[in-house]
Amino acid sequence: MSHDIPEEKLPEAHDASHGHEVAEHGDPFADPGLPAHEPRRTDIDERAAKRAERQVSLMFIVSMLATIGFIASYVIFPIDKIIYVFPLGHISALNFALGLTLGVALFCIGAGAVHWARTLMSDVEMPAERHPIEADDEVRNDVIEQFKTGAAESGFGRRKMLRNTLIGSMALVPLSGVVLLRDLGPLPEKKLDHTNWIEATEAKPIQLINMNTNQPMKAEDIEVGSLTFAKPEGLEESDEDFQQRIAKDALMLVRIAPEDIKDAKSRDLGFEGVLAYSKICTHVGCPISLYEQQTHHALCPCHQSTFDLSDGARVIFGPAGHPLPQLKITTDEKGFLVATGDFAEPVGPSFWERS
Amino acid sequence: MSSASSVNTDAKPSSGSTRAKPANKFEAAADWTDGRLGIYSLARANLRKIFPDHWSFMLGEICLYSFVIIILTGVYLTLFFKPSMAEVVYHGPYAPLDGIKMSEAYASTMNISFEVRGGLLIRQIHHWAALVFVAAMLVHMMRVFFTGAFRKPREINWVFGFLLLVLGMFDGFFGYSLPDDLLSGTGIRFMEGAILAVPLVGTYIQMFLFGGEFPGTDIVPRFFTIHVLLIPGIMLGLLVAHLILVFYHKHTQWAGPGKTEKNVVGMPLMPVYMAKAGGFFFLVFGIIAAISAIATINPIWAYGPYRPDQVSTDAQPDWYMGFSEGLIRVMPGWEVRALGHTLNLGVFIPLMIFPLVLVAIAVYPFIEGWITGDKREHHILDRPRNAPVRTALGAAWISEYLVLLIGGGNDLFATHFHLSLNSITYFVRAGFFVVPVVVFFITKRWCLGLQRRDKDKVLHGRETGVIKRLPHGEFVEVHAQLPQDKLYKYVAHEQQQPVAIPAQVDENGVERKVGRLEKTRAKLSQGYFGEGGQIPKPTAEEHHEITSGHGHH
Repeated sequence: MSHDIPEEKLPEAHDASHGHEVAEHGDPFADPGLPAHEPRRTDIDERAAKRAERQVSLMFIVSMLATIGFIASYVIFPIDKIIYVFPLGHISALNFALGLTLGVALFCIGAGAVHWARTLMSDVEMPAERHPIEADDEVRNDVIEQFKTGAAESGFGRRKMLRNTLIGSMALVPLSGVVLLRDLGPLPEKKLDHTNWIEATEAKPIQLINMNTNQPMKAEDIEVGSLTFAKPEGLEESDEDFQQRIAKDALMLVRIAPEDIKDAKSRDLGFEGVLAYSKICTHVGCPISLYEQQTHHALCPCHQSTFDLSDGARVIFGPAGHPLPQLKITTDEKGFLVATGDFAEPVGPSFWERS
Repeated sequence: MSSASSVNTDAKPSSGSTRAKPANKFEAAADWTDGRLGIYSLARANLRKIFPDHWSFMLGEICLYSFVIIILTGVYLTLFFKPSMAEVVYHGPYAPLDGIKMSEAYASTMNISFEVRGGLLIRQIHHWAALVFVAAMLVHMMRVFFTGAFRKPREINWVFGFLLLVLGMFDGFFGYSLPDDLLSGTGIRFMEGAILAVPLVGTYIQMFLFGGEFPGTDIVPRFFTIHVLLIPGIMLGLLVAHLILVFYHKHTQWAGPGKTEKNVVGMPLMPVYMAKAGGFFFLVFGIIAAISAIATINPIWAYGPYRPDQVSTDAQPDWYMGFSEGLIRVMPGWEVRALGHTLNLGVFIPLMIFPLVLVAIAVYPFIEGWITGDKREHHILDRPRNAPVRTALGAAWISEYLVLLIGGGNDLFATHFHLSLNSITYFVRAGFFVVPVVVFFITKRWCLGLQRRDKDKVLHGRETGVIKRLPHGEFVEVHAQLPQDKLYKYVAHEQQQPVAIPAQVDENGVERKVGRLEKTRAKLSQGYFGEGGQIPKPTAEEHHEITSGHGHH
C-alpha cells in the first residue's frame, strides 16, 4: 500500500527511536518533550483523502434524504396509525417514522462533521501557553489603590450616619417583596385537623357511599376479607372541590370477623366487624390500595408502609409514624352504614401543629 | 462605508480609521462589526484556542447539548401545553379515557401526544433529553472529581456545575409533575407530605405553595412558571458563566510528554473543535431523537389523570430523584409527640440528609484544599490511583448513592429478583452506614496496588513474555525497559508530603497552644499523604541502580 505514497511524504524512520538516547545519559524521568507528529493516511495519500471526502459527503447526503423522509412521513402517516414493529411491538407509525428520520438526519450531520475533523483537518497537536490567573503585584496594588480612592471619595467609611441609614433602608426594602407573598395561600389554621366527615352528627349522620357503585352500603354488602373504598354521601366527582375533599375524606372499608379484631377500641368504632379507616397513608399521604386478606395487612404502594387493620391499623413495617385514623361508623334506620362524626385525629401525614 | 473612510483618511488622518481597505465583502463586514463590538481582540484569543483531546472531556458537552435540546423542545411544548387545573371532560381520540374528568394540563398533554403530529416525539425527546442531561452532569462531575480537575483555580466553576446539577434535578421534578397524571400527582403528594414534616413552618409553606389545601388548583400553573422560566433562567446564567470560566481557565490536560502546568497541548478550536464539538451536538440530538422514536417514556395516557384517592403500584420517580426516594423509604417511622406538637422525624431526617448528600459534593474541593494546604494552580490532571483517598471518598459517595437507589426501588428489586421487600429495606438501612466504609477501604487499597504496579513497571520494565533459562537452571522472564515517553507518564505526578503536626513548643522552648482544628488537619493530611496513603514514587537513583546492574529482574 505504502508504495503508492511518494517517498518524501513518508514519516521519517528515525522518529520512533529518538526517545532512548536521552535515557542513557541524563535523568531517565525527564520530560522527553512533545512527540513528533505522526501523519495519518489521509495526510500523505491523496486518494485516501479523496475517499474520506466522499464518505463525509455521503453522510451529508443521507442527512438530506432523511429530512425529506421526515417531511414525507409527516404528510403520509395518519396520527392514529398503529403498526407492529419487531421487537418494539405495536407503536405509532408517525412517531416511529418522524423520530427515526429526524435521528438519522441529525446523526449524519454530526458523524460527517466529526469524520471530516478526524481525517481531513490538521491533527497536529500544538502547545499554547497558560498564564497565571492571579494578577501580578503591580496590577493588584493599583486596583486596591483605585478602590481605596473611590471609597474615600464616596465618604462611605467616614460618614457613619449615611452608611448606617443606607444599610437600614436596603435591609428593609426586600420586606415588601416578602409581604407580597402573603396572598399565595391561606393560613393553615385548623384546616388540616378535620375532614369533611365533621359535618356528620348523631342527629344528621352521613352515609358511606361505595366508590365503585356510587350507592350506600349495608354491612352485609361487604364481604369478609374484601377491601371497599368509600366517600361521604353528597360528594360528587363533578363537584368543584372534589379533589381537595377526596384527598382527606377517602375511606377504606374492611370486614374482619369480630373475634379476629385484636384491638377492642377499634372493634367498637366499627359495626359488626366492618372497620372504616382513612385511605390516606400517615407517612406522606399516598392512598393505600393493597390488601392482604389472610393477614389483614394493608400496604401503601408508594413507600411500603404496612398497617395491621385487625389491630387498629398499627404500623408493622415501613416509614409511617402512626396508625391510620379510624372513623366511627354505625347504621341508620334503613341499615345503611353511616358516620356520626369526624375522625378522632387528623388524617394523612403528620405535621408540627398536630397534637 | 469603506470608501468614505478612506476619503476621510486622506483628508484628515487623525479623525478616521487608519485601517487598510478590506480585501473582500467578508472582511468588510467583519471590520464593520469590529468597529462596534470589538470582535477582533475577542477572536484573537479564542479562534485558534487550543483544546486538549480526551474522550472524557466530551462528557460536559453532552450536558450542554442535552440542555439545548431541552430548551428547543420545551419551547415547542409550551405552544400546546395548558398549565391549568381547570376541570374538563375528555373526548379525544384516546378511547379508554373518553368521558373521564381531568385537568386541562392533563388534557392538553393528551392532545400533544395524540393529536399534534410529532407532538409525542417532541415530548419524548424532551423527557429523554432531561434524563440524559442529569445523567451526563453526574458523570461529568465524576470525571472532574476523580481527576482532581476541581483544584485551584477551578473550585468556583465546580460550584457552578454543582448548582446546575441540583437545579437540573429539581427542574426535572417540576417538569414531570406538570402533566397532572396519576404518577406525577403522587410525586407532588409526596412532596406535600415532606413539606408538612418541617417543624414550625411546614403547614405554612404547604398552604402558601399549594394556595390552600392539597391539591388545590394553583400548583400546576405555579410549577409551570418555575419549570419554564425561573429555574431555566438561573441555569442559563450559570451555564454561560461555567463556559466562560472553562475558556478563561483553559482546559485541564493529562500528564504526558511535553505537557506542563504552564501549557495546554491540543488542537485549535477553529477548525477542529468547531467540527468535532459542533458535530457532536448533532450526534447527541440524533441519538436522543432515535431513542424517542423507539422507546416510550412517561406514557401518561396509561396512568390516567390524577386523583388523590388513587394510585398505581410500583410508583417511581425519575431516576435522579431515586436516591431521595430511597432515603424516605428505608427511614424508620420515628415520630415524636409532645407538648401538643408532632415532630415527624421519619420524614424530616431524610429531608435533611437529602441536601447533605448533595452538599458533600459541593464543598469537597474546599475541604481538600484546606487539608493539603496547596495554594498552587493545577492544570495537569491526577490519575485517580495517584490520589487514593480522594478516589476512595468518591467511590464511597457513589456506593452510598447506589445503596439509596436500591432503597428507592425496593419494590422493583423485590418483584424482579424474588426477594423479600423487608429484607431489602433492612439491607439498605445497614448498607447506608456500612457499604461506603467498605468501598472506601477497598478502593484505597486498589489504588495503592495500582501505584505499586506502576512503580514496578518503571523500575523493572514491562514483561516481554520471553522466558530465559539461566546456566544454573533458573527460569526468568525477560523484562524490557519502557520507552521514555511511557516512563514519563508513570512518574510525572508529584507526591505531596503530609503537613506536620505543629510542635507543642516553639523554637524558644515556650509551650504554645495548638488548636484542635490544626491537629485535625494534620491528622487528615497524614491520612491523605502519609504512610499507607501513597506508595513512594520511584526515584531516578533507584531506576539507575536497577537498570545499570542486571538487565532482567
